[in-house]
This record gives sequence, structure tokens and C-alpha cells, in this order.
Amino acid sequence: MGDIAKAIDAEAVRREILAGLPAKVARRREKQIVVNKADGSGVSPEILANTRTLPGIITQRGCTYAGCKGVVVGPTRDILQITHGPIGCGFYSWLTRRNQTRAGADEDNFMPYALSTDLQDNDIVFGGEKKLRKAIKEAYELFKPKAIAIFATCPVGLIGDDIHAAARDLSEELGITVFAMSCEGYKGVSQSAGHHIANNAVFTKVVGRNETAPEGEFKVNLLGEYNIGGDSFELERLFGDLGITLVTTFSGNSTFVSMGQAPFADVDLVMCHRSINYMAEMLETKYGIPWFKVNFIGAKATAKSLRHVAEYFGDPALAARTEALIEKESAEAEAALKSIRPRLEGKTVIMYVGGSRAHHYQDLFKELGMKVISAGYEFAHRDDYEGRKVIPGIKVDADSRNIEQLEVAVDETRYRERRTEEQLEALKASGIPVGDYDGMMGEMEDGSLVIDDVSHYETEKLLEILKPDLVCAGIKEKYVVQKHGIPLKQLHNYDVGGPYAGFQGAINFYREIDRLVNGSVWKKIRAPWDLSPELLGSYGSD
Amino acid sequence: MPSSKLLKHTEAAIVPREALTVNPAKTCQPIGAMYAALGVHRCLPHSHGSQGCCSYHRSALTRHYKEPVMAATSSFTEGASVFGGQSNLLQAITTEFSLYDPEIIAVHTTCLSETIGDDIPQIIGKAKAEGKIPAGRYVIHANTPSYIGSHVTGYSAMVRAFVDYFAESTGRRHGKLSILAGWVEPSDMAELKRMLAELGAPFILLPDTSGVLDAPLTGRFEMYPEGGTRLDDIRLMGDSYAAIGLGPFATGAAAKLLDTKCKVPMNILDLPIGLSATDRFIDKVRKLAKVGVPDSIAKERGRLLDMMSDMHQYTYGKTVALAGDPDQLAPLAEFLTDLDMKVKYLVTGTPGKSFEPRLEELIGKAEPGDYRGAPADLFALHQRLKSQGTDLLIANTYGKLIAHDEDIPFVRFGFPILDRVGHSDFPYVGYRGGMRLLEKILSVLMDRIERDAPNEKFELVM
Repeated sequence: MGDIAKAIDAEAVRREILAGLPAKVARRREKQIVVNKADGSGVSPEILANTRTLPGIITQRGCTYAGCKGVVVGPTRDILQITHGPIGCGFYSWLTRRNQTRAGADEDNFMPYALSTDLQDNDIVFGGEKKLRKAIKEAYELFKPKAIAIFATCPVGLIGDDIHAAARDLSEELGITVFAMSCEGYKGVSQSAGHHIANNAVFTKVVGRNETAPEGEFKVNLLGEYNIGGDSFELERLFGDLGITLVTTFSGNSTFVSMGQAPFADVDLVMCHRSINYMAEMLETKYGIPWFKVNFIGAKATAKSLRHVAEYFGDPALAARTEALIEKESAEAEAALKSIRPRLEGKTVIMYVGGSRAHHYQDLFKELGMKVISAGYEFAHRDDYEGRKVIPGIKVDADSRNIEQLEVAVDETRYRERRTEEQLEALKASGIPVGDYDGMMGEMEDGSLVIDDVSHYETEKLLEILKPDLVCAGIKEKYVVQKHGIPLKQLHNYDVGGPYAGFQGAINFYREIDRLVNGSVWKKIRAPWDLSPELLGSYGSD
Repeated sequence: MPSSKLLKHTEAAIVPREALTVNPAKTCQPIGAMYAALGVHRCLPHSHGSQGCCSYHRSALTRHYKEPVMAATSSFTEGASVFGGQSNLLQAITTEFSLYDPEIIAVHTTCLSETIGDDIPQIIGKAKAEGKIPAGRYVIHANTPSYIGSHVTGYSAMVRAFVDYFAESTGRRHGKLSILAGWVEPSDMAELKRMLAELGAPFILLPDTSGVLDAPLTGRFEMYPEGGTRLDDIRLMGDSYAAIGLGPFATGAAAKLLDTKCKVPMNILDLPIGLSATDRFIDKVRKLAKVGVPDSIAKERGRLLDMMSDMHQYTYGKTVALAGDPDQLAPLAEFLTDLDMKVKYLVTGTPGKSFEPRLEELIGKAEPGDYRGAPADLFALHQRLKSQGTDLLIANTYGKLIAHDEDIPFVRFGFPILDRVGHSDFPYVGYRGGMRLLEKILSVLMDRIERDAPNEKFELVM
């Protein structure tokens, strides 16, 4: 029996939550609320994920547009992005995700701009395609970008605007790359569908469009890292110190040019498996770039991932540099941890966030000695929970079927075998997750509670029953939880702060969690008169 | 240094635009409907559309208020978008009454459900017929297509919906004045109530987000905080002897409906921002309620006037650029003009024919070199400021990018404010709100004088 199983009776918690739900809702939710088994078999219990949220449930999920523009394409600073639709979608995705970017003085940076066709009722009735075409031209006149991306919002698909034809024509007319994404909000069941649509578009319209080979001996792409709070900057620093060339990230602090050069990389390192695994697979099929899963959240996880990178390249000098860097930076992280850990040891955490972070951040909490008693994702699929081994068995439902799965062929001129099958097998044998991801549940303790697409109602019940010391979730949950007097760390865009990636990021996170959990304000919730209400009179002057 | 600019691609030269909006000075209708519905006690806003709408609106309101914002969604998928959202909404109604126990579910539509053409009253009728709405509980709706108007329009539609669904005329007038609040902060709602109480005029305020979006930290979360207009009070609005709508864009529709439906005579005023607009509000309440203006209110007025005169040397002749919503901008511009400042640039994203004439009444016609963009966007405003500059910028949080690049003293005002606190707690309406606004303006103007002063001109006493 693990520590967690001793601390909570997950099955009882699960039953209590389900008992409070209407029967129809409970029937669905009982498959999405699962008690974890970690019995060493390598097989996790099956969880239902990537399925519709029932109407009326106060969910934390967003939409396809949010996943497409907000998450994947948004962080690329020099692709001018136009939202085709009424004004709201473009407005809400304007600078709210904290994707940092660092443009040189002469480089384009369009991220502080929100561009929209601001469709009006006439456009809805008579079609908005003409307006879109005009808007693209006007945007080109104003900004002279190298590339323009168009994002469809809900009504666009319904009124039948051919945004792809508009993109094609304008691409020709303007002599730049113009591409469109049919990422209407109603497609799919969450942001996840939008990730896939964005992957497809970036892969076909941007990747491989730059023929200039980047310099460097060891070239990597970093996939699924969006530079929230400067995470990519910290990783760029580490790679720079090690002499590793980061060709591009997908997509934090990236550019049209850098993504165009992606096929030159020797290996793809995958951070957020959920949002970018499509890209990793397509790059492998078309260009022969192997990929493996990394995690740069947590000092130990960072060290492990860096060692995997060094081992992949098999260069003794790189290995030595890597060990030296790990030794130096780990020591700094250890030193910071030493004073903080005693204040956090044994505290409990629940986290429901994203499609990878609820997994990645568990490593940081382990370093802090805190227990993750329950976790789940907002928009992940079964493979993110149970590992990629379950992919062949996942039933593709109607909501997923309408998201295009690209047929990718080998690029005969640019395909290059980076490692032979035998080499890759050897790397796997030494513990590098080549082409694989084991998912979150395998790393969670036996008897912990795993919950997909947690709702407001369930979060309230969990707070009441589990009384955690810390919650990790998003902005919509933040103040609900904090009204209870329980701190919440926002792990979508971090609210403030970061970076949390790498060793220095880990130090930032240790301090942030110490600030949140041990902050003075939580001790002041009860007023003096609440603590001793019966006292009616007093002696002396006090 | 071009590299230090945030909006480095913005140039002064105007390239005509017909189709492209850049850096909008508005957002879409549904968020306004959601905000208005939160101002009614035990009301759960419901977004009839994709999940993303509800998520974006809740996030934006949460960031603005740093408070829980509870709302539900019909969670449309592709099927609902093809076959209509009826079954989603019916299921949502059942689930919401069962799980969240609201008294009212306030449905607002989105561009998606409007484009499909979902007939919400029909769906509500069906829910009622099928017994999905428990006794004493209500489902109401407002049509808020995102492709018409702006967030202000959505607010207006939802306030009107409350009147439409609930206000009743029994023929027996009571002594309460109906006040329809424009889109102002919880702090402003509280200040309106305080002023009305001070005047001794009994009233009903709709909506009222004070006590909802300014909740204290107590160690308990309340799904429905104690604030918000009571349903019984909304019913009673139909028997008011008069109604005042504060801000024509946000409350005109509801005030008109109350007049035509319940024969409650309407009075549409500017939001009481600044001295003159507050004067008109107080004077109107005095006349309608037949009360005298108490000394306490007269003293508040006097203190604002005192501050205006004491500090006149810092405001006189200064040029100002404004961006925001029409109901706020009109009285704000008037207040600044009362301070002998010059409103040279003004932008709102909200369309509406009545705005510019009203502005002209309050501050006069635009002079050569002035810019009044109604509707226009922040990009257009920025271009004008690039070529001519200004002494002060007043706008929502997005204005800070312009203020940063052009080095303009900046006061945050309007929606959304994503990067400062205070707006939930300290009002801008009324005489006291005017003092707070003036204090904010003076602070940034005087900080600037000190920042730029050569040592020999650096003053101790100002």
C-alpha cells in the first residue's frame, strides 16, 4: 500500500463525488474518475478521455480556436495572425497567454497586435469571404509580413466562407505564405482538436519552407514548449551552454524561418505530448527525425532529459559538458531546496490542468516532498494518461473523426535516416523513451485519484473531502479555490512569474510554492473575534 | 529606439482600412450579458454556444475582478452546430438546476447559435412543458449575436431581458424609483446605492454586482454571493413611479421597455461620472423622488469642486486621448472639459449613432486636428498619437502598450483592467468617484512633471 493509499480512500471519494451527480452525468463521469493502480504491471486502469463535456456542466475547457491560435500558432511572433469572425475571439486571445518572445531590433514581432475581420450581421448573411480577402490585403499593406495565418471562428464554417481559397489566392497575389485553419470552436470536444489542426497547417505550410541549414554539431527541435513565463528562454540558455543548436521550438519564441528549418534537426524533443505529438510523428515520417519525450520541469527531470539528449548524440565531449552543467545547476537547485523543503514536506496537492502539465509538475512536487493525491487533465487523450501503448485500442468517435489526419509521405530528397533501427533500439534499451510516452498514470502513486475534465462541482467536492494544501489549475478555478483559503497556482499561463523550466526554473517554482503555501495571508482569515466569540467582558485595559 | 517599442509596426501614416480591425476597442456581446446576469441574485449565466465562448468570458471577467465568475455552457460540438442546440440546452437546464441550484438561468446566445438560428423562447417553452424547470425557478434569455454591436450591446440586451421576463405592472405604484445601472463596477453600484440612500430616495437597482464580484475572503466560497438584485425587486420595477437609465447604450433598451410595457416613465441620463453628470443625476433623483438634497451630498460636491479648483493649474490646457465605451466616454469627456482639459482624441469600438451628437452637446464639435473614432480601434488612435502626441491617455489595460511606446501618462479606466486592482472597491461614479478619478489623473500628470524636471525645477510643494 503506497503512501497515498494510506492517506486517502480514493474509491470512497470517487463514490461520494458520483453520488452527488445527476444519474446521466454520473454514468459518464464514472469512467472519467478513476482510482489509479500502480502494481508494477505497466498497465494503468482505463480512463475515458477526449470525450464531450455534458451540456450544463461548468467545465474549465475551451474550444478548438483556443487550442489552434491560442496555444500552438499564437507564440510565433512573425506570422501575422488574423482571426476571421466576430470580434470576441480575437480580443480574448490577445496577449492573455503570456507566451514570451524576444525579437531582435530589426525582426518582426506581431504578437502585441490583435487582428480581426470583425464580422457584422451583413457578413453573416451574405458571406465574409470578400471581407477576409480585403482584410488580408490591408494587413499586408500595414505590416509587410513574411507569412499570414487565418483562423476561422464558429460562424465561418456555417456560412461557408472558403478561407482556404482566399489564402491560396492571396498567397499568390502577395507573394508570401498565407494559410488558413478551419479551427471553428465547435469542432472536437476541447482545445485538443485545435492543436491537431494547427499541427497540420504548420507542418504543411511552414515546416520545410526554409532551405538554409542552421549551423551546429548537435541540432534539436523542441516541440510542445510555448515559452509561458520564459520557459523556452531558460532552455535556450541550457542548450546554448551545452553547444546544442536549438533549430526551433514549436512554438515558444519561434519564427517563421526557424520553423521552416525544422527538417534540419537531428532529433525532436517532445515536451507537451498532447498538443504536438502529431508534428513529431509527421516530422519522423517525412524527414526521418526520431523523437523522444522529455520533461524539463523539475531539476531531476531536467537532468534526466539532458542526459538523454547527450546519450542520443553519443558524443563524449557533449556528455562531459552535460554532466558538468548538471552538477553545477543541480547544486544550485539543491541549495535552494534545502531551506524550502522542510516547510512543504508532506503537504498535499491536487492538480487538474492542461494536457501535459498535470504530469510534468509532479516531478517538481516530488522534489519538494509534497504529495500529489489527485490529478487530471483538461483536454488530454487516453494516451496522455495511460501511455501510447493504448493508442491502437482507442475508439475514434465522431468528434475526433472530423479532424483531418494528414497522410504524410516520405520526402525523397530530404529524408535522412538519423539513427538506424538498431541504434534506436539500443537507445530505448538504455531508458530513452524513443517515439514513446508512458503517460501520467504510470508515474502516479497507487491509490491516487485521476480525474479527466474535472468540473466546478467536482472541484468543490474534492476541496471539501481532500482538504489539499495546494491546488494547481487555471484562472477560472483560481479564486473559487482561494475563497476557501487554499492557495492555487495557475499552471496554464502561470498568472505571473516563471520561468519554471530547467534548474533555475525549478528554483523559481520552489520559491513560488513556498510563497503560496506558507504565505502569511492564509493565517489571517479568521478575525480575532471569530477565534474567541464568547468573551463578553474583560479585565484591565486589554 | 525602435527596438524598445512594443507596437513597433505601428506607423503614423494612415493606410485606409475597410475590412481589418487592429487592436479592438470593444469585445463581443455575450460577455456583457454574462456580466449583467451576475448582478442578479442566484442567477446563473448560461452561454448557448461552444465551450470556448464561456471559457473566454469567464477568464476575462475573472482577470478583471480577481473573483470567481460562475457560468455554464451548452458545450456545442459539430453535431449541435448542424442539428441545432435544442437538446444541448434542454440537457443543460436539467443539469444546472440539479447541480447548481440557481433561481434563474439567464441564457445568452453566441454567434454560433445565432447563425444556426436556435429559437431560445421555443426551447425554454419546451423545457417548461417537459417539467425541466422546477417550480419557482426560471429560465430567461437574451439574444446576443457577437456580430452586432459590442459587449455593451450584450449587457443592454440582458438587462432588458430581466425587465422583459419579470417586471410586472399591477397598477399599484409603490414609492421606489427604478434605477438601471449601466456597465459600471461593483464599487460604482455600491456608490450609487449609497448616494440614493443619502438622498432618502427608496430605489431598486438593476443589475447590482456589488456583493457579488467584490466578495470578501472568508474561508468559504459562495456559489451565489449575498449581493445581486432580488427577483422580487425586479418584479416590482413594473410598479415604479419612474425609472432612470444610467447610460443610454447600456440601459436605454431596458428603460424603454419598462416604459412601454409597464408605463414607468423613463429618464435616460449619462452615467454620473464627474461633476456635471453627477449634478444631473442628483438633480433628477431629487425631482423625481421629491426629496431635498442633503447637506452631506452638497458637501461631497463641494469637496470635488474644491479639488478641481485647487489643482486646476495641473489640468488646464492639457490634451487627453480617451478609449472606452460610449456611456463612459461621454461624461468622462465632459468632466475633463470641466477641468479645462482638451479631449483631442477619442475612440470607441462600440457603434451607435447617438454617441457623437451627445458628445458634441457635452464638449462641442471636434476641432481641426481632433480625432473622434466612433467606431474605431486602438490602432487608429495610436497612429494619431504618434504624429501629434498628447499629455494624457485614459483607456483600459490595453492602452498601456500605447502609453509605453509613446511615453504618455496613463490612467486605467474601463473594461477590461487586467493588471491593477482597485476598480472593484473604489468607485469612479458620483462626486467621490470624481475625486478618485481626478486624484488618479493628477498623480500621473504630476509624476511626469517630477520625472522630467531638471534638478533646479524640482518642486517640493506642488
